[in-house]
Amino acid sequence: MRYARDVGALARKDLLLELRARDTLPAMLLFVVATFVVFHFSLPAHPSRLAASGLLWVAILFTALMGLGRAFVPEREQRVLDGLVLAPCDRSAIWLAKSLATLAFLVAAEVVALPVFALFFRPLSGHAVLGVALADVGICAVGTFLGAMAVMTRARELLLPLLFLPLAIPIVVGGVGAGAAASPGRYLGFLALYDALFAVICWASFEFVVAE
Amino acid sequence: MITARALGKRYGEKRVLRRVELDVPEGGFLVVTGPNGSGKTTLLRLCAGLAVPSEGTLEVAATRERIGYLAHEPLVYRELTALENLDLYGRLYRVSERRERIGMLLERYGLWEVRHDRVASYSRGMTQRLALCRVLLHDPALLVLDEPFTALDEAGAELLDAQLAELHGDRTLLVSTHDPARVEPLATARLRLA
Repeated sequence: MRYARDVGALARKDLLLELRARDTLPAMLLFVVATFVVFHFSLPAHPSRLAASGLLWVAILFTALMGLGRAFVPEREQRVLDGLVLAPCDRSAIWLAKSLATLAFLVAAEVVALPVFALFFRPLSGHAVLGVALADVGICAVGTFLGAMAVMTRARELLLPLLFLPLAIPIVVGGVGAGAAASPGRYLGFLALYDALFAVICWASFEFVVAE
Repeated sequence: MITARALGKRYGEKRVLRRVELDVPEGGFLVVTGPNGSGKTTLLRLCAGLAVPSEGTLEVAATRERIGYLAHEPLVYRELTALENLDLYGRLYRVSERRERIGMLLERYGLWEVRHDRVASYSRGMTQRLALCRVLLHDPALLVLDEPFTALDEAGAELLDAQLAELHGDRTLLVSTHDPARVEPLATARLRLA
C-alpha cells in the first residue's frame, strides 16, 4: 500500500510537471503527425499492409524515444534525482512512476496518431491496436530504465537511442506481426511475454542504476 | 553516530578523499572546512549515503528516513511550487501532520506568501531557504549540510543560525562551510581537509 502511494505521488508529480512545462507531449504529437504527413506524400498511394505497418512502428518508436529522452530531464536539473534516491521509499517506485507517466504521454500521442494513420494509410485492426498497447508497456518499461542510465552520463542524448533501439527490435517484430500476420495471437503473446520479462528485470535492477 | 576509518574515495584514477578519520557522537556538531576541491562535498555525500567509499570504512547509525541532506543544488523541481515540492517530499518521507509541518516551515523561512509560486521564479536565496525547509521537513536525526549559508541574505543566515542553535545537542550535524567562524560557537568537532 505504501509502495502504491509512493508511486502515485511520484507519477502525479510527473504529470503536473508536464502540465506546467508542456514540453514533452506537444513535441511528441507534432513529431508523430508530421511523420505521417511526410510519408503520406512520399510513399506510393496505396502501400502494402506490411509497409504501412512498418511505417507505423517507426513512427511510434521514434515518438516514444522523444518522450523517453525528456523523461529524466526534470530530475537532472537541480540534481533532484539525489533527493528522490535519498527518500526512504523503494527506489523502484521512481522507475514505475516515471514509466507510468511516460506511458500516459505515449498513449495520449497515439490517441491522435492512430486515427491520423488510419486516415492517411489504412484502418487498423483490433489486433494491431492491441499490439500497440502491449508494445507501449514494453517501450516505457525498458526506455525509462535506460533513460535513467543515460541521464547519469555526459553523452546522454547519444546513449539512449544506442541502448534502446536494439532492445526495441523484438517490440517491432511483435507489433508488425500483430498488425499484419495472418495469426496475430502468437505475436501478441510474444509482446506480453516481452513486457512481463523486461518489466520484472527493470523493476528489480533499477536500484543499481540510481545508487552508486 | 558516524565513524570513519581510513576513509577514501576515488573517481576513476582521481583520488578526491584520502584517509579521513571521523568520530561524531550522537548530538555532535562537526564543522568541515577546506579549500575548493579538498573533498568536503564528497565526504558529505558519503555520510548521506549518496556515494560509497572506495577505501576504508564508514559507519553511519542512521537510516535514510533519519538523514536530511542539503546539497549545493536545492534538489527541488523548478516547475513546481514550494508547496508542491514539500508535499511530494512529505509524502515520500511519510511525514505525519504533513500540511501543518510544511506550513510551519514555510512560515518560519519567509516563504508562506510565495508558497503557490513556481520555484523557477524564486531568487537563489529563496530557493536555498526552500531547500532548508526540505531538509528539515521530516525532522531528521542526522543533518548533513553542504555550505548551507550559500546565497542566503543576512536575514536568512540569521534564521539558519537560530535553527542550528535550536537543533544543537538534540540532532547530529555535519556542516561544511567556508565561513567556520559563523558556526564555531556550536561546533563540537572540526575537520580540515587539505
